Amino acid sequence: MLLTIEWPVVLEKLILIIIVVSGSLVIAMYTTFAERKVAAVIQDRRGPNRAGPFGLLQPLADGLKLFFKEEIIPSFSNKALFILGPCLAMLTAMMTGAVIPWGSSVHLFDRTISLQIADINIGVLFVFGVVSMGVYGIMIGGWASNNKYSLLGGLRAASQIISYELPMGITMIALLMVTGTLSLNEMVVQQQQTMWNFCYQPLGFLIFLICAFAECNRTPFDLPEAENELIGGYHTEYSSMKLGFFLFAEYINMFISSAVMATLFFGGYDIIPFYDESAWGLSQNTMAILGTLALLVKIGFFLFLFMWVRWTIPRFRYDQLMNLGWKILLPLSLVNMLGTGAVILLKQNGWHF
Amino acid sequence: MSITEILFWFLTVLALGGAVLVVASRNPVYSILWLIVVFFAISGHYILLNAQFLSIVNIIVYAGAIMVLFLFVVMLMNLNAESEPPRRNNLIFASLVSGCSLMLVIIGALRSSEEFIKSNKVLAGGEAGLIKVLGKTLFNEYVIPFEISSVLFLSAMIGAVVIARKEQ
Repeated sequence: MLLTIEWPVVLEKLILIIIVVSGSLVIAMYTTFAERKVAAVIQDRRGPNRAGPFGLLQPLADGLKLFFKEEIIPSFSNKALFILGPCLAMLTAMMTGAVIPWGSSVHLFDRTISLQIADINIGVLFVFGVVSMGVYGIMIGGWASNNKYSLLGGLRAASQIISYELPMGITMIALLMVTGTLSLNEMVVQQQQTMWNFCYQPLGFLIFLICAFAECNRTPFDLPEAENELIGGYHTEYSSMKLGFFLFAEYINMFISSAVMATLFFGGYDIIPFYDESAWGLSQNTMAILGTLALLVKIGFFLFLFMWVRWTIPRFRYDQLMNLGWKILLPLSLVNMLGTGAVILLKQNGWHF
Repeated sequence: MSITEILFWFLTVLALGGAVLVVASRNPVYSILWLIVVFFAISGHYILLNAQFLSIVNIIVYAGAIMVLFLFVVMLMNLNAESEPPRRNNLIFASLVSGCSLMLVIIGALRSSEEFIKSNKVLAGGEAGLIKVLGKTLFNEYVIPFEISSVLFLSAMIGAVVIARKEQ
């Protein structure tokens, strides 16, 4: 035989990938709807309520509208890169879902199936690799548009993401010193047995949260598309579904970074903190489903936080953004890392100085 | 052919083809994008060698950070194929000579290391690239070079800050 492949494993992973990808697409779709509803509640309006019951079909209508709009590729743009930009944005947005443990394992057809697509032993670093790739979609799209505003938006996105990756990485180092593993699944198992990492790293979580807002280009850090300065920012020249991809990638990024935050700091698929759920005596499959639901609830809370902040806090100025990143968050995360290291060292020595 | 071999040849063709296109592209933005492809192909090779840590760090540092800065600078300078100065013959000749001599050195180094690789079973074992092994080796055997290189990085960073502040 030419290729020896374990077909059941391939099939199992393929089904899991399809579920995760389509699941994150659907959730991102309804996040756009939820955002408009939350905005409406905060601004004392009703929000979209025409399409379907309670306006539930609104995201479908939006998608159809974007598909039917005229597709314009500016004649002075770089056509190949102009199309590559939104493709890359979508691709990098979807990739992180591969290493997130969406639940513990289920037992089906005499096989134990882990609800994580790839449990690689560098899971956290994979997340960072994909995050650092995320900027290319915006940069390439902004440059290929051949428009000054687009280019400025793309460059702003690049410098913002690089600046906020640093404090994010350093808080991750502090977290890794506490957990001692890079595998996301192992982290969740540890948090199930002891307590959620949030209790060990509250400052780290705060810095991580702020950086996640900046990495997703969400208000108050949405300088790359600041419409009062840059018209539409990096997607000024985009129309039709290519624009839709850029906007959609932002919502997928929000969903995935909520999942990452829930996994790293809030116990992932752990249902109740400080409590051993195995005492309930439920079957493995039921526990796995309950765990996945718990993870989705946590993700939902973070998504709500994203929207809440967007409709409450105004946008930063660009120099304020850079000052916050380099002069406040970076020293703070360094202090957090050194403090964590010192405490761990003291603990290993039995609290002797 | 096993699946590893297929992947190896795919990644090799991708890396070499990408590297040729880095040099051959007239538009500097295309050159940088091809260089990113090359880095990805090399990271794929690292994964085939079971060096996951090295592969992901290659992506984060080179493809993710350094190439973004390259792209940043090229986009700001707005280099185009039209504004490129005409190439001079002696420049091409000089770069050809230096490139060929570099290739000779690399081939020589690879040939002399062949015996070493054959005699050294640790490399073929495939555990050397995992993060646990790598961390223990770095902080036990090579701790002094590791710390010295970190001091070097720190001084380079301070130097960059000093150069950037000179204008004021």
